[in-house]
Amino acid sequence: MTASQKTRAGGRTWSLHLVLVVVGAVMAVPLLYAALSGFKSTDELSRNPVGLPESWVTSNYTQILGSGDFWRLIGNSTLIAIGTTVLLVAVSALSAFSFARFAFRGREALFTLFTMGLMFPFAVAALPLFLLLRSLDLLDNPLGVILPQAAFGLPMTIIILRGFFRQIPGELEEAATLDGCSPFGFFWRVLLPMARPALGTVSVLAVVTSWNNFFLPLLVFTDAQWWTLPIGVQQFQGQYSAEYAKVFAYLVLAMVPALAFYSVAERQLVGGLTAGATKG
Amino acid sequence: MTSTFLPDKRTGPGAGAPPPAADRPTGRTRRRALHWLTAAGFQLPALVLFLGLVLLPMLFALYAAFFRWGGFGMPSDYIGGENFTRLFQDDVFLGDLWRCLVLVVLSLAFQLPFALAMAVLLNQRMRGRAVYRMLFFAPYVLSEAITGILFGMIFAPDDGFADQVLGRIGLDGLGGEWFADPSTVMATVFLVMTWKYFGFHMMLYLAGLQAVPRELTEAALIDGASAWQRFRNVTLPLLAPTLRISVFLAVIGSIQLFDLVWVTTAGGPDHHSETMAVTMFQYGFKRYQVGYASAISVVMFGISLVFALAYQRFVLRRDLEGATTTMRGDGK
Repeated sequence: MTASQKTRAGGRTWSLHLVLVVVGAVMAVPLLYAALSGFKSTDELSRNPVGLPESWVTSNYTQILGSGDFWRLIGNSTLIAIGTTVLLVAVSALSAFSFARFAFRGREALFTLFTMGLMFPFAVAALPLFLLLRSLDLLDNPLGVILPQAAFGLPMTIIILRGFFRQIPGELEEAATLDGCSPFGFFWRVLLPMARPALGTVSVLAVVTSWNNFFLPLLVFTDAQWWTLPIGVQQFQGQYSAEYAKVFAYLVLAMVPALAFYSVAERQLVGGLTAGATKG
Repeated sequence: MTSTFLPDKRTGPGAGAPPPAADRPTGRTRRRALHWLTAAGFQLPALVLFLGLVLLPMLFALYAAFFRWGGFGMPSDYIGGENFTRLFQDDVFLGDLWRCLVLVVLSLAFQLPFALAMAVLLNQRMRGRAVYRMLFFAPYVLSEAITGILFGMIFAPDDGFADQVLGRIGLDGLGGEWFADPSTVMATVFLVMTWKYFGFHMMLYLAGLQAVPRELTEAALIDGASAWQRFRNVTLPLLAPTLRISVFLAVIGSIQLFDLVWVTTAGGPDHHSETMAVTMFQYGFKRYQVGYASAISVVMFGISLVFALAYQRFVLRRDLEGATTTMRGDGK
């Protein structure tokens, strides 16, 4: 490489970095701005919206962390996310196992039925679903959110798990059967332990989807006792709409669990989303 | 060639179970029945959940759309297709369709190309690549509701953070009412959507780019192809399946957009950012015109269905054929 080529390449890398820094700033600034604003008083926020806080006020954050309401939202969101994930992954794994390892009449028709579910937005079914939940007396009941979330998660989860289960060699199953293993025994003792990475991926997807769901909890929970985090944030903003600094602090605290989860489960999340999109 | 979407019946290769061999009558029928029952047993929980909570509600919406109904008791006031004729004379709903189209066009024209550019950039070996990737994707994991409220405050009319920053760098002219001005509300919604979702599309493209064999671009380089030619003639065609999936997801996302709009504008000002899902919510849950709202659900469903089938038929066909042949190829 000649010197001039090197400088040209160097100049190009430099400009590419500049682009990334600008885009990165646009992505990060809203979040940083919210975090900083949480450390101001609402009074200061209107005088000094852009700069660093003159004096760092921590009371916005501590007040929220000290209130039972916030922790109840976290608890409800956690309960619903775990309930959804356990139910969804268990039911999908059974179904995906059957799709991947059995030849039976009607298999392809059934699989097509599930994959069709992938194409239909939740919003379409929201209204009749609400009516159904009301007639089943599942409003203001966490099951009213858990069951539909699991149902709508089925197509994607089944597709991902089926793809994974198919890769496990048939010889293993034959060997297990010869050793006197029932189909369920094989599923439980051989397949599931081997499928741990795939189960991790679909679980992470299910947790994030459930954690962020807004529409369904909005319909199902009128009683504040069951509100999840997104609903709680919206309510808090409505209640304290004039106290900007407080709302910013609340928003930041509400984002922390999702971002923390993302930072530990990034690989599973990205892997799951790309696998779901390309294999679906 | 017809596309069947899935491998032929019962020749599915992944099945570890023995293929239905030449019939030997004794005991076969019973064992087969048992086999079918076992397979079906594993499907039962998923099927019950899916039929009960996905299919049944959709079918019920289809039924309720033909009634004038407030949502209590069973629908009884049958009015035929009146809800649908009313729907297609309703300026708000026609506007919803128009705005959906606007969002789709904006996504295809700006958001996805931008995501692609970032993916190509970050696919190179460079310092800080992992950090940028993580940062660009981070908004995707945030709840739409929380994102919406955050940007509602950042774009507060006149004295919000966005206007303050623009004022300081001498671009006051660009600021304004954002979500509160009918002429800028959709652009603002789109801006927030891009902030939140481009990282997802970027991740899809990055996964696709990683699958492009390095030898191919290197061979093109040796043949004297410029960077643009290498991208246009080697990388882009190989990325086509990923692009088609990402377009599909962007369109479906625009059709069902609700959360972000609901918490920022609730469809306002004066319906200028309303989407189909928001209109449906307004009628179904605020005004108790459940029959009419069901008709909106049905039309949304119809649009999604027609789009999905047409897209599958005309755009995804080649990819799916590829996918099924590979599935046949590597099946054990």
